[in-house]
Amino acid sequence: MVNILVDSYSVLWEDLRVLRHLWQRFLITGLVSPVLYLAAFGWGLGRGINVEGASYLEFVIPGIIALTAMTSSFNGAGMKLNVDRLFYKCFDECLMSPISPLSLIIGKALIGVVRGLISSVAFLIIAFIISPTLTFSPLFAVALVVTCFVFAFFGVFAALLAKSHQDMATFSSLVILPMTFLGGTFFSLSQLPEALKVILYIIPLTHSSQCLRAVTLGQPFPWLSLLVIVGFGLVFFLGCVLVLRRASV
Amino acid sequence: MITIENLTKVYGEVKAVEDLNLEIRPGEIFGFLGPNGAGKTTTIRILTTLTKPTSGSARLNGFDVLREPLKVKRAIGVVQQHISLDRDLTVRENMQLHARLHHLKPSERKQRITELLDYVELTEQANQIVEKLSGGMKRRLMIARALIHRPKLLFLDEPTVGLDAQTRRRLWELIRRMNLDGTTVLLTTHYIEEAEALCGRVGIIHQGHLIALGSPLELRQRLGLVTVETMSNNKDTHYIYFPDRTAATIYAQGLTPEVKTIIVRESNLEDVFVELTGRKVGDD
Repeated sequence: MVNILVDSYSVLWEDLRVLRHLWQRFLITGLVSPVLYLAAFGWGLGRGINVEGASYLEFVIPGIIALTAMTSSFNGAGMKLNVDRLFYKCFDECLMSPISPLSLIIGKALIGVVRGLISSVAFLIIAFIISPTLTFSPLFAVALVVTCFVFAFFGVFAALLAKSHQDMATFSSLVILPMTFLGGTFFSLSQLPEALKVILYIIPLTHSSQCLRAVTLGQPFPWLSLLVIVGFGLVFFLGCVLVLRRASV
Repeated sequence: MITIENLTKVYGEVKAVEDLNLEIRPGEIFGFLGPNGAGKTTTIRILTTLTKPTSGSARLNGFDVLREPLKVKRAIGVVQQHISLDRDLTVRENMQLHARLHHLKPSERKQRITELLDYVELTEQANQIVEKLSGGMKRRLMIARALIHRPKLLFLDEPTVGLDAQTRRRLWELIRRMNLDGTTVLLTTHYIEEAEALCGRVGIIHQGHLIALGSPLELRQRLGLVTVETMSNNKDTHYIYFPDRTAATIYAQGLTPEVKTIIVRESNLEDVFVELTGRKVGDD
């Protein structure tokens, strides 16, 4: 068990070192989208609108945090692994090291979590400055970290399966991008017809948004949603394990 | 050191490796010689646990690649054909990563890295980002990296492809030195002179099969140590093999004036390959 953690750290170490060399670039690019969303929707569009008893600004901020956590974790884990596998071809180095496949998966996901947290927290600071009425609690941190893990594992899974950079880009457009907009982020699900609601509740991000929003708006915490996201995380993790068992990666 | 039994790898319709049987002895430098696509890299990938065989088995240092992969990984060092370094990191960081993944203690790491960078003459470049190194330096770094955990067995897949003659010679010296220091070396190459310069024994691979096995000298002796190349008016080159110079010279002297060019030379592994397969090693 200890070995798995130590080895996961070794795998993470590589990507942390890369982050150290390139952190400014990552921080800035990680913030561009969420800040733009905030400006366009929260301030530009949403001024004067109220949703679920709060101003639209207060409504949309936790949604943007959720989607930032998702995209930064997914890309943080997925893109580096995709490049390492197909372009740099240095993933073979990890595959040929005497470490468990679990360490590989956890290690590669952890860099996604790190980058997801960095982007989310950076945006959080900006959001808090703009809207100081937001409330936080340890549950917020829990929901945020779990979200980062879930989408980091998702990123690792996608990167292990992708046969080209185009595959990753296509996956992002077809799965991540729709989730960004439809996962309970920019609009409330309460007014939608049941059938549509059900579909959107299948999306993991919806549950993340609900959890984060509940904390910041001081509403009761949706424990079932947290359980659902954890469930998704386990599914993605298992997916990674199965892919690594194949004949060749 | 390595025991390969009935190893087969099939990709869909294509048989990349078929019924390979081979033993590699500890302490030797063994070469797989063959053109691109012959199955050399596939075999190496199976031996280094990157790919699973369709059937058959392979044991390295007593451990089965499928059943005890971790123990196999501890015993081997691998230098792949393509550059497999993390280009966003420095020379030293690439070494440190390998040392961590192979469970060297922190104190050991530092010393071993310094020692190896010196061994391959990359000490000055230790803090350079890998992206900025020349091809030869990257290759030397990959070799240094593969040696960090003192593997008993070193795999080199096409180690000098794309390198100039001088760099190639330096690498050959390095490989010979490592072998003298006790490492068993398994290399693949499509360069005849590399196989002849380095390998104690050579296995010629063609379309997934091992078609010849022996030392370069033995293989040449089976064919004939001396080659006579002749070219006539119709511009085709013919090759005939003789056990020694005397026999070759007698033949050459007996040729008619129609034959425009006559070359009498030592035979080489390419001659062996051509006679066995009807193709030159360089043809794809």
